[in-house]
Amino acid sequence: MMYRLVLLLSLLPLPLPLPLAAWEQPVSGYAYMPEQMQRMQDDEFENPGMFTVEEGGVLFHAPGYNGNTCATCHGADGSKLDPRAIARYPVFSPGHEGPLTLQQRINDCREHHLDEFPLTYDEPELVKLETFVRHLARGEKVNVDVSGPLRPWYESGKALYHTRIGQLDMGCHHCHDRYVDLNLRDQVLNQGHSNAFPSHRLLIADISSLHGKFRDCYATLRAMPYDVGSEEYIALEVYLNARGNGLPIETPGIRR
Amino acid sequence: MKRTTLTFLLCSLVAPLAAQPPYLPWQMENFAIPAALGGLRGDAVRGREIVAARERGNCIACHMFPIPEHPMHGTLAPPLFGVGARLSAGELRLRVVDQKLVNPETIMPAFYRDPVRYNRPHPEFATTILTAQEVEDVVAYLVTLR
Repeated sequence: MMYRLVLLLSLLPLPLPLPLAAWEQPVSGYAYMPEQMQRMQDDEFENPGMFTVEEGGVLFHAPGYNGNTCATCHGADGSKLDPRAIARYPVFSPGHEGPLTLQQRINDCREHHLDEFPLTYDEPELVKLETFVRHLARGEKVNVDVSGPLRPWYESGKALYHTRIGQLDMGCHHCHDRYVDLNLRDQVLNQGHSNAFPSHRLLIADISSLHGKFRDCYATLRAMPYDVGSEEYIALEVYLNARGNGLPIETPGIRR
Repeated sequence: MKRTTLTFLLCSLVAPLAAQPPYLPWQMENFAIPAALGGLRGDAVRGREIVAARERGNCIACHMFPIPEHPMHGTLAPPLFGVGARLSAGELRLRVVDQKLVNPETIMPAFYRDPVRYNRPHPEFATTILTAQEVEDVVAYLVTLR
């Protein structure tokens, strides 16, 4: 009997060695920041990202070509916008036959309901509007559904995340999965989540969109960046948001 | 006149390419590169500077070294105190040239890898990270860590 049990156990697949990824639950980059930065993010008067939110709020109420404003449909200060819907972006859009980021959604809205010319990706006006809208969902948990038609973009974003690039020949996962909470010179590595974007970045002393941050990461690895709004970065945005599902939205965050 | 301008233009186009030193071949033996790259001789003092310099080796971004005048050494890679006693010069050379030959999953950049094998390098950085001379300098410094 005992012999059979041992035989049976030996046939069971052995527990694989732990992956180098050290974390199971996503933790916001907030947890790895020095206390001063956390205080700066929490205090609405100290957080410079709030200027962008305010500028976005002005644009939200600015009339477009046909006289409508965003507030015409979405209520003053976006009161009719559902934070749960904001937290679901990027979503799959049948019209685009692909993912639609929050910024693209805002741009589409401007084009079709305000009769405005569409803006190019990451144009300052668009980042301001995105920051304003995402700020409305502050505290709401990121909830991107990649079980359905968005799956292929999630998978290609994941592949990109694990691809070595540039002269330094590292992938995103090297720093943000394996060496979290360790020091890279004077900075503590975090899990690289997107829940605080658009964020006010201290190194550039300005608001930074997620794609802007991607381009910066590529520059750090001495790699050729993709364009903002490119298929690659949108796939990466889908993957990163889904990877951070359950994290509270912190827009506008403070990051290095 | 026209021809001079053309020659000048051609030269200015080719000049940055020609300025790059050629990639020197090397041989791995038993997880070491016994011979110095291009037969060059390293200088430990220069090597110590390269290890700490942000724009050159920047080794201290990840490793700890006995270089107390620079604060904030990284903690994500093994400290290298006494590494010269643990590994030979040839073993150290291989690990600086391309640690991926020892551990394919490593985060450590290859400091002297053939640039044609990079994926999407920025055109400004389509060279080896360190020159062959700098690799030898760093190896010469690492050997002194005992």
